[in-house]
Parts: sequence; structure tokens; C-alpha cells
Amino acid sequence: MQQEKLVIQSAPHIHSSMTTQKIMFYVISALVPAAAAGVFYFGLRALMHLLISILLAVLTEAVVQKLMHQPITIRDGSAILTGLLIGMNLPVAAPLWIGGVGSVFAIALVKQAFGGLGHNFMNPALAARAMMLASWPSFMTNWTTPFDGLATATPLAILKAGIPNTTALPTYWDMFIGNIGGCIGETSALALLLGGVFLIYKEVIDYRIPLAYIGTVYIFGSIFGADGLNSGLFYLLAGGMMLGSIFMATDYVSSPATARGRWIYGIGCGLITMLIRLWGSYPEGVSFSILLMNIAAPLIERFTIPKKFGEVSKKNAK
Amino acid sequence: MQNKYLKTLTNGIFSENPVFRLVLGMCPSLAVTTAVDNAFWMGVMVIFVLTFSNMFISMLRNLIPDKIRIPSFIVIIATLVTVVDLVMAAYMPAMHTTLGIFIPLIVVNCIILARAESFAYKNGVLASTLDGFGMGVGYMLAVLILAAIRELLGNGSFFGINLLGAGFPAAKVMVQAPGAFITLGVILGIIKLMSDRKKAE
Repeated sequence: MQQEKLVIQSAPHIHSSMTTQKIMFYVISALVPAAAAGVFYFGLRALMHLLISILLAVLTEAVVQKLMHQPITIRDGSAILTGLLIGMNLPVAAPLWIGGVGSVFAIALVKQAFGGLGHNFMNPALAARAMMLASWPSFMTNWTTPFDGLATATPLAILKAGIPNTTALPTYWDMFIGNIGGCIGETSALALLLGGVFLIYKEVIDYRIPLAYIGTVYIFGSIFGADGLNSGLFYLLAGGMMLGSIFMATDYVSSPATARGRWIYGIGCGLITMLIRLWGSYPEGVSFSILLMNIAAPLIERFTIPKKFGEVSKKNAK
Repeated sequence: MQNKYLKTLTNGIFSENPVFRLVLGMCPSLAVTTAVDNAFWMGVMVIFVLTFSNMFISMLRNLIPDKIRIPSFIVIIATLVTVVDLVMAAYMPAMHTTLGIFIPLIVVNCIILARAESFAYKNGVLASTLDGFGMGVGYMLAVLILAAIRELLGNGSFFGINLLGAGFPAAKVMVQAPGAFITLGVILGIIKLMSDRKKAE
């Protein structure tokens, strides 16, 4: 009888209950408050944007995998997440087809052409955003006010236009709850922070990247930002900072895997973001900074490989 | 015999297409393919230079000392490029301005030097001329395909004629630098996929 209870197995013996599907589910649910805030502020059209982007992302994944004779993996939720992020990165007044085009681009070219989930060298949603911004700058910067949909500018664009305009800036409270012009999913820092705390608590994302990113932007903004503002705080609440640092920079595939590497990566994202915001020609730099650091991630990993247990450095070997 | 020359001629168009198979001379191919018009004239100039450089190099191949063959090739190629450069400046000043630096840069186009080195220097005059012409046509076809896709998506037009109507939301990225790489990457990928599937069958 005792013999039957003895199970013989090869390593590994410890399993994590975390599966790809589960991680994607957690991230998507963490994004729900921010998406809901976007729909609340910008109306049903925002919901249409989100649905079209998700639908096209999932459809493209299925079609490409079918054409390439690969197993269809739309059930893992990664395409849904990419589509959702693309939808959240659109201004509500943009034409409805734009998120669909972005989703097809993200999944077919940035993700599947490089080998699918786990092989994309940059974040597909962000690459799609950069493509859309370069292709249709007038649609992608067509900002409107929450609720009544009047033409407006984002806080960062107001600041970029010059110091005399800073009186037109919204209050910090409005920026915190999301009552400002911007992309559907980026305006409400409150909702995004809720999702971020949930993900860090569930250990889905590492606190290092958002913390390094947010900290760098805060310090840099405080030192170099416009006078007369609490500019460190302003640069945290404005633009895609929260969405980018919590949900996009922490993408497993395109961010470094080492702990030290994640600090470097986060600081790099923060520095490039602030360089673009302060001295670049675009008012916002979150997406470009993350894309650039995505490309640098393999290099960062190479230089931050932790020492193996018992390893002796070459200098001390003598 | 006839068949061999025909094969030399078509070699550059399909099986060894300079842009899509050999992936040579990428810089001008990517830069001039923003419009079909530019690509067409670039192709014409490359056909001219490639045909005659192959012809002259093949004629002189027994006179050119081995050790200084590359400088000798460049002298011949540069002479031909100067001819097209001046002809373009005289008869098509607008196109000459649009293509700008990429006309003199034909001198250092890898395809031309590659065909001189690997074909014209080792083969007879007729075969070399045909090879140069075939490669030139292959280059022209490739840049025309790239330019047609980029101009259509990035500007909604073909050869300057608006096809898709004024309301077409052209994707500006396609006529910018990233569009060149994206288009080339997708085409190379499709060609690789098709040849792999053919091999597997």
C-alpha cells in the first residue's frame, strides 16, 4: 500500500499555478477600471473603439496562425490585451477604423511576424500606436473634453505651447481622476493606479519598473519642469505616464528579466520620456521612450546577469 | 546555347533578383521608392549603368590587372554614372532634383560592383551585357513593386494619379523611412515563405 503513494518524477518539482492565461486575465481585469473610466468620461464611442480594437486583434491572431499552419492561441488572452491597450491609446474622436488598422498591424507585423507571443522584440500595442501617430497625426491628436466632446488640448500640449498658457492647465484633482483631454484609457491616474496596485499585490508585475520610471520622471520633472507648477507631480499625472509605466513598460516579453536590469530599464524610460517632453518636438514621449528601451532590453540583460552561486569573478580568481 | 543566354537574362529578374533575393543596393532602393515616378527613373538609370558597365568591364577583362580591378571597375562605373547624371540634369531637371544624391550614389551601388566582380570579369561580352540588362530589369521591377505599394498606401496614388479618392486616409508612415523597411520586410517574408513551401512540396 505504501508503495503506491510514492510518486517518482523528474525535476522540476515545484510548479507555479500562474499560467499565461491567468496572467493575461489579471492584467485585463486590472485595466478594466481605467477602461470604464474612459467610457464614463468619453461616452459609448469610447466603448466602440475598445471593442473594435479587441475584435480585430483576436481575429488577426487567428487568421495569421491559421495561414501559418500554427496552433491557434487566441484563448491565452494576449491578443485581447493588445487590442484593449490599442483601444485605450486612441483619442475618442479618432475615426472608428483606426484602432482596427492598429490592431492588425500590431498582431500581424509586430507580434506574429517575429514568432508570436514571447518573441516580439517590442510591445505590439505601442508599436501600433507609434505607427498610427506617424501615419495619421491629425486623427491621433484630435483631443476632446470629457462629457461634452469639445475640442481641447492635453495638459502636456498646453504646456508645450508656452508658459503664458499655463493658466489654462486643469487642476491636479481633475488630472488625477481623469477629467481632462487625452486618450481613452490614459486620463484617469486613479483608475490606473488601482489596477497597478492590484497587479503588484498579485505579483503579476514587478514593482521595480513602474517605481523606477515614476521616480525618475518625478525627480527630473521637479528639477527641469516649468516654474510655478508642482511640475514633478504634473508630469506624473499628465499624458500616458501611468498607463505606460504600469501596463506597457512592464510587458514581460519586451522588458529585461533581471532585477538590476529592471531598475536601469525603468530609469531609462523615465529619462527619455522627460527628454522628449521637455525638449523634443512631440508633447508626449511615453510610447517612444518605452519602445526605445524595449530595443535596449536584451543589451541591458546581457550586462546585468546575476552572479551564479559560487561563481568567482575573473579579477579575484588569481 | 540560346537557352543559356536566356537563362542569364532572366536570372537577374527572378531567381537572383538583386533587391528581393540578393538584398543588395538597399539604400537607394529604400530611399527612392516613395513614388512610382522616382522609382521608374531610378530603374532606368540603373539599367543603363549596369548594362554598359558589365559590357565594358567584360571587354576589358583581359587588360585589367587583377590587383587593381576594383578601382578600374569604379572608374568605368563612375564614368557611366556621370553620363546619366548630366543627361538627367539637362533633360529632366525636376526629377534630377528629386532623386538628388541618389544619382551620384549609383557609383557605389553594391549590385553594379557585385555583377562586375562576380560576372562581367569572368564571362564573355554578350553574356555579361545580358546579365547586366537582366539584373537592371530585375532591380527596376523590384523598386517599382516597392514604390507602387508605398505610394498607394502612403499617398493614395499611382504614378502621381490619385486612385483612391481625396477621402482616402493615407498612412503617412508608408512614404516615410519606416514604411520602406516595413514594405521590404513583408515582401521578403512572403517570398521566403513561398520558396520554403515550394521546397517542402
